[in-house]
Amino acid sequence: MRPGVGVSGVALRLGAVLLALLFTTGILLVAGAPPLEAYRQIVVGSLGSVKKITDVLVAWVPLVLATSGLLVTFAAGLWNIGIEGQITLGAIFTTGALRLTMDSGLPPAVAIAAGLLAGILGGALWALLAGLLKAYGGVNEIFGGLGLNFVAVALSVWLIFGPWGRPGVASMSGTEPFPDSLSLPALAGLRLSPWAVLLAVGGFALVFFLLQGTYFGLRLKAVGKNPRAAFVLGIPTVRYMLLAFVLCGGLGGAAGAVQVTAVYHRLIPAISSGYGYLGLMVAMLVNYQPTWMPLVAFFFAALNIGSIQLPIVLKLDSSLAGVLQGALVLFVLGMEGVRRRLRRPRVRVGE
Amino acid sequence: MRVDLRQIHKSFGPVHANDGISLTIPAGSIQGILGENGAGKSTLMKILSGFQKADSGEIWLDDRLAQIDSPQDTGRLGIGMLHQDPLDVPPMRVIDNFLLGKDGGLRPRRGQARAALSDLSLRFGFSLDPDAYVEALTVGERQQLELLRLLWLGARVLILDEPTTGISALQKEALFASLRKVSEEGRTIIFVSHKLEEVESLCHRVAVLRRGRLVGEAVPPYSTDRLVGMMFGRVISLGSRLETPPGERVLELDDVIVEDRRMTVGPVSLHVARQEVIGLAGMEGSGQQLLLRACAGLIRPVHGRIRLAGENVLGRSYHGFLQRGVGFMPAARLEEGLIPGLDLTEHFALTQPPSGVMIQREAAQSRAGTQIDAFHIKGTPQSPVEDLSGGNQQRTLLALLRDNLALLLLEHPTRGLDIESVVWIWDKLKERCRQGTAIIFVSSDLDEVRHYSDRIHVFFGGRVSPSLPARSTTVDELGQLIGGKGWPEGAP
Repeated sequence: MRPGVGVSGVALRLGAVLLALLFTTGILLVAGAPPLEAYRQIVVGSLGSVKKITDVLVAWVPLVLATSGLLVTFAAGLWNIGIEGQITLGAIFTTGALRLTMDSGLPPAVAIAAGLLAGILGGALWALLAGLLKAYGGVNEIFGGLGLNFVAVALSVWLIFGPWGRPGVASMSGTEPFPDSLSLPALAGLRLSPWAVLLAVGGFALVFFLLQGTYFGLRLKAVGKNPRAAFVLGIPTVRYMLLAFVLCGGLGGAAGAVQVTAVYHRLIPAISSGYGYLGLMVAMLVNYQPTWMPLVAFFFAALNIGSIQLPIVLKLDSSLAGVLQGALVLFVLGMEGVRRRLRRPRVRVGE
Repeated sequence: MRVDLRQIHKSFGPVHANDGISLTIPAGSIQGILGENGAGKSTLMKILSGFQKADSGEIWLDDRLAQIDSPQDTGRLGIGMLHQDPLDVPPMRVIDNFLLGKDGGLRPRRGQARAALSDLSLRFGFSLDPDAYVEALTVGERQQLELLRLLWLGARVLILDEPTTGISALQKEALFASLRKVSEEGRTIIFVSHKLEEVESLCHRVAVLRRGRLVGEAVPPYSTDRLVGMMFGRVISLGSRLETPPGERVLELDDVIVEDRRMTVGPVSLHVARQEVIGLAGMEGSGQQLLLRACAGLIRPVHGRIRLAGENVLGRSYHGFLQRGVGFMPAARLEEGLIPGLDLTEHFALTQPPSGVMIQREAAQSRAGTQIDAFHIKGTPQSPVEDLSGGNQQRTLLALLRDNLALLLLEHPTRGLDIESVVWIWDKLKERCRQGTAIIFVSSDLDEVRHYSDRIHVFFGGRVSPSLPARSTTVDELGQLIGGKGWPEGAP
C-alpha cells in the first residue's frame, strides 16, 4: 500500500476544517446570529446527554450503511448517485414485506428479519437497474441514478397516498404505523436499537474486509482505476461493475429497512432523509478509504442532530449543518489539491 | 536558437538521473541524443521542456539565461516537445487539437487555423484530414499533427523523444524529411533515440549519455562501433530464432475477415504450431493489430473460422480464449496493459490464479520481487506502475504474463527498449517456446521480425501476404511488400 497521509497532510486537513469553520462563522455573522452560541448549541444538542448521543447514533446507522455501500461503488470507479433511490426502494420493500407478514401469524422476529432482507433485496435490485442501464444501455450511472431517484420518490408517494394509504386520511405523514412488535427492539426509553447499530457495524466490517484484503476488492479497484486494462488482464469487468452496484444497493436498502423498522415504523415520503447524498460527502471526505469513515460519519450525524434545536433556540434554520458539511467537503478537497501541488515531484524509478 | 545546457543535475531519490550534463547545441542543427534506457535522456529533455525542474544547473537560450518553471514557460521561449506518447486529446477532431494551446480570445479562429494546418501539411507532404477524429489516426499521423501544431505555435527548438517508435518506415521517412526542412529554416532540433541507424542518418551531431553522464560527442562520419561503445561499453547484436521443428497446430485461421471502422483485413488463413514464432510485419495500421486481436478473441471476425487446438472458438469471449491458454500483451501500456494507481505487488496478485478469498499478499510480494529481479525492472514491489519508466513498464507487462501458455500474442513486445534488453527479452520468450508456447507478434521493427520469427506475414492496407519463411526472405523483399510493391494485382 501507498504511504499514508504525512504530517503535512494532517496539518492541511486540520487547516481545511478550520477554514470550513471560518466560512460557516462568516455566514452566521452575515445572518446576524451569534456563531459561538450556534456551535455550542450544536455540541450540546448532539453530545449533551446520553439520549442525544443515542439520537446521533440513530442517524449514524443509515449513514454508515449507505457510505459503506458507496465505498464499494467508488472503488469500482462508479458514481452511484442513485443511492438515495436505493435507500427508498429498501424502505418500500421492507414496508411491503412487513405488510404481508403482519397478519400472517409469523413470529415477529421472523417478520422483521424478512422485512430487513426484503429491504436489502429492494435496494440491490434498484441498483442493479442502474448498473444494467450503464453496462448495456450506455447510460452514465450518474444520470441513470438521478432518474431512478425521482422514480423511487414518486413510487413511495404514490404508495403512501394510494394502495398503502391510511384508511380515510392518506397524508404526507406516511402509512399506518406498524405495531411495536414489528419494530427492531430499542433500548429502554431511547430511540436507538442496538440491532440497528449491529447491522451498521456488520455492513461496515463486510466492506472493510472486502476492500482491504480480498481478491474481489483488488479486482474491483482494478476495474475502477482502469477498466480496459482490467479486462485485458482477464477480469470480467461488467460482472464486477454490476456486483459493486448490487452490494452498494443492498447496503443502501438495509439503510432504508432500518429507517422503517427502527426509526419511523412506517413508510414516509423522503424516507431516505438525504443520507445517500450525505454519504457521498462522507466518502469524499475520507478519500474513499474505509478506515476513518465511521468516525467522520459520526461527526456528520452529530452535526445533523445537533442543529435540530437551532430553530427553536436561535431562530436559525437547521440547514446550518448542511452548510458546515458542504463547506468541509469543499475545503478538504481544495486542500487535497494544494497538497498535491506542494508535494515534491514524484519519484520516477529507473529513468 | 542556440541551446546551452550547463551543469544540469537531477536526482530521483538515490538515482542520479542527470549528473552534471553540459551540452551546447548550435542553432539550426539536428542534435542527436543517444543512450540506452535509463541513461537520463528523457529526464534531460523533460528539464529542458519544463516538465521537470533540475536540482541545479542553468539553461541558456541564445546567450540569455532562461527561467523555466513549467511547460508554459518553454512554450513562450519557443521550445516545443514531441512526446513519446502524443499528448493530444483523442475524442476531439484534428483541427481542434491543432488549436489547443494557442492563445487568442474566447472564440478560436478556426478558419485561420484550418488554413495554417493545410499550408503546413502541404509544406511537409503530410495528409491530415482536419475533420477526422484523432482517435482514428495512427501514432505516426498523431505525431505529424503534433509537429505541425508546435511549428504553428512558433517553436524554435523542437525536442523529439523517441519519435520513431510505433510509426511506419514510410512515416519515418516523411518525418525525417520534414525535420531536415525545419532545421534548414534555422530551427534547432533535438532528436532523442536509442536507434543508431536513425541518429546516424539524420543528425548533424550526436551526444551520448550513459548512466546520467555525457560520455562523448560525435560528428559525421560516425563510427557505429564507437557510438555503441560509448552507449554500452561493448558491442552487441540481435540474437536469432530458435529453429526448432514445429509441433502440432495451436491456432488455425481459415478465411478470416476482420473489420473495423477504417479497414477490412483478410481474408487470411494462417496457422501457428507449438514452439513456433510468427511475425506480423507491415506499416503501423495495416491490419496486423486487428488480426492479432481477433486471434485473442478481443474482436470477432465477420467471416471465417478460428480454431484453438482444433476446437472452434469463433464467437467465444476474450475470457474464453484466456481460459484456453491464450495470453495477450497490448502495446498501449498504461491504457490497456497496466493499472495506474496499483503497485507491482497488486498487479502480480491480480494476474496470478487466486488461492482462496483473501489476497496472499506475501506470496504476491515475493512473486513480484522474483519477477522484478528476473526482468531487471527498476522498481520495488511497492512502486506504483505509473512511476516506472516506459521501458520498465514494458518489462512489467512481460513479467505479468502467465506461465505455460499455449499461445502468446504480443503487440510490439520490445517497443521502447534498448538493444540489450531486446536480446534479453527474446531469450525469455524463446525459453517459453522451448516449453511449447506458440508466439505471434506484431512489430514495426523489421530487424526484430526477421531475427526472431520462423515465418512472417506482411500486411499492407488490410491485405495479408502468404506466410514467408524468415530464413530465406530478404530485407529487400519484405521492404517492398511493406511498402505495397510486389502484391498480386486486383483486390483479393
